[in-house]
Amino acid sequence: MHSGPLLKVEHVTMRFGGLVAVNDLSFEARKGEITALIGPNGAGKTTVFNCVTGFYKPTEGMMTLTHDDGSSFLLERMPDFRIAARAKVARTFQNIRLFSGLTVLENLLVAQHNVLMESSGWTIGGLLGLGGYKAASKASIEKAKYWLDKTRLIDRADDPAGDLAYGDQRRLEIARAMCTGPLLLCLDEPAAGLNPRESLELNNLLRSIRTDDGVSLLLIEHDMSVVMEISDHVVVLDYGTKISDGTPKQVQSDPRVVAAYLGVEDEEVEAVEAEVGIL
Amino acid sequence: MAKANNRASEQTAIVEQGLAPALKEAAFAALVTFGLCIPIVAWGTRQDLNNRLILDQRWDAVAWAVLIVFIGRLLVSLNKQRRSAGGGPLVSMPTALVPAMARLLPILAPLAIGFLFVFPIVAIFGSGWQGSIKWIDNFGVQILIYVMLGWGLNIVVGLAGLLDLGYVAFYAVGAYSYALFATKVIPATYPALGVWAFWICLPVAGLLAAFWGVLLGFPVLRLRGDYLAIVTLAFGEIIRLVLINWVDFSGGYAGISTIPRPSFFGIPFNASDSGFAAVFGLEFSPLYRTIFLYYVILMLALLTAFVTIRLRRMPVGRAWEALREDEIACRSLGINTTSTKLTAFAIGAGFGGVAGAFFSARQGFISPESFTFMESAVVLAIVVLGGMGSLWGVAIAAVAMIGGPELMREMDLLKPIFGADFDPTKYRMLIFGLAMVVIMIWKPRGLISTREPTAFLKESKSVSGSLVKEGHG
Repeated sequence: MHSGPLLKVEHVTMRFGGLVAVNDLSFEARKGEITALIGPNGAGKTTVFNCVTGFYKPTEGMMTLTHDDGSSFLLERMPDFRIAARAKVARTFQNIRLFSGLTVLENLLVAQHNVLMESSGWTIGGLLGLGGYKAASKASIEKAKYWLDKTRLIDRADDPAGDLAYGDQRRLEIARAMCTGPLLLCLDEPAAGLNPRESLELNNLLRSIRTDDGVSLLLIEHDMSVVMEISDHVVVLDYGTKISDGTPKQVQSDPRVVAAYLGVEDEEVEAVEAEVGIL
Repeated sequence: MAKANNRASEQTAIVEQGLAPALKEAAFAALVTFGLCIPIVAWGTRQDLNNRLILDQRWDAVAWAVLIVFIGRLLVSLNKQRRSAGGGPLVSMPTALVPAMARLLPILAPLAIGFLFVFPIVAIFGSGWQGSIKWIDNFGVQILIYVMLGWGLNIVVGLAGLLDLGYVAFYAVGAYSYALFATKVIPATYPALGVWAFWICLPVAGLLAAFWGVLLGFPVLRLRGDYLAIVTLAFGEIIRLVLINWVDFSGGYAGISTIPRPSFFGIPFNASDSGFAAVFGLEFSPLYRTIFLYYVILMLALLTAFVTIRLRRMPVGRAWEALREDEIACRSLGINTTSTKLTAFAIGAGFGGVAGAFFSARQGFISPESFTFMESAVVLAIVVLGGMGSLWGVAIAAVAMIGGPELMREMDLLKPIFGADFDPTKYRMLIFGLAMVVIMIWKPRGLISTREPTAFLKESKSVSGSLVKEGHG
């Protein structure tokens, strides 16, 4: 499975005025692995995501994404849409952002914009009926079908995305991100609001994306049943700082993580703080 | 669709039942109307022959206005109650008509286009050789210009969701490009091309307008919603003020006259021996040019529709609609929103420019007066009333908004009702406003609010207007 790092985050700091949302964070997401980013509310997980996908520019630090052919991209220097188009990083959003007025199929076709744009000769060839636009258009529908099958949305293909149930919308957002042909898929709380059966199904989908489609994943998740079950590597954040990094087992038994997540009894605070090395 | 309508009305929550609340609402609306009517309708001033100011009182008109508002509001309230109670609406015609219309559209399209092609012949048979000029020019050509403008703006506002209040700027750029090229540049450089001026300048005017669309697009890329609307509005005014004040360039208020009229592919429409009538062995008549102009604008409008339909199925068209739905999601999918917005501005502006060039060739004279904010407002109203994104809706709205007031000139039959000195054209703005209010109550998302998908696997289901976003910048 694993080999070199796909995404390397080094000393990333993000400040909003006086607030330090992410403080000197370094971690790696390796090829063919599911990396989970966890932490209590307000730990800065989504900020890290927004930095990686270019929606924020980090105040300091470096983020390198390396493709199989050895070409590498410095994400902090690229605008957001180019990160998706060139560096091949796709993402979903914590509060679902679908094109609700477009149909399910159209949502997946929009995701293949760059491929189709090229094959349509930047619109001019396609408008005149020249070039391979027809073939590319057919291929794009096949690709959409593949993902609709995989996310069990094929029967809803011609319905507006806004009409789907919540769980279906979550899966559609993943399918749409996958249609951009990414190497790294960033999922922001994909299991939020899903029932246990749906989140089990999500586990299988994410595993299949990793194994069958060969796409690495970086996910933010609160649902520990998802995190511990499927991730190969977990990074724990608290107050913008990395407090633990390792396999799910290692992280689970890390006293700092336990302290951050569960808190401790009042009388034990000092003992635990001394143990974990906080002030 | 009917289901979606019901759902939408369910969401309007609890409406008080009974006649009393409806009467109360109606009385309140009537009171507001009364208050507004006192300064505007009830008192009017005029000067008599001795320059004395005379105060006219028109309390009967106020009474009519109050009564109409009272009854109208009462009906609207009762209608709303019926719907929220789960019953059918009091006036059931609209909801029953719209799905039927949607089913008929595929048949209606060839019929409507066929009718447009034979319209000049119908007009000639209907009102004779001389009388038909009015119908072809004032109705046919005039409406088709606005249909084309509406379809052009529809790309920017309806598809890409960018609220543009300065569309008239591109209309003006197109009109002045043609006027200046045809009156100054071509005679000074290649006078032999004179008869072809229109055909050469038409694409040039479109390209120049598209270029100005991009120029406007750049500074407003970061703006959204209200801010975008205000800046585009200002841009429209800037273009007009430059045209007024840069007298050397544009002739200022005096405008540009003796603009060459379009030729029949090199054969001018005049009474000379080499003119259209003589060449084809016909008796000279100005009607030929009018008919020719009609077909030119018809083809240009159809070209706009054709390009729009094709573009919607292309990646760029889908990206426009996706941009209208959610810009951030677009960027997360690798869509360059900057170039997507600029292409929408450019293509929309390009069609506006071509329409402008046609306008100046048809008029033979243009001045900044023709490019006021009112024009932008009318074109935007056509797009909004028609239903943003819908070619059909925009075309129907253009016919109603432009043809309606023109038709009112013909309404002599109203004279027996309202008296001999009743001039229907004076009421066009009133009816304009009334039509807007009615549409906003009856169909707040425009006449045709459903969206047709651009691709489908099994069957094409139209998307209810309540799911389609209007865009936010």
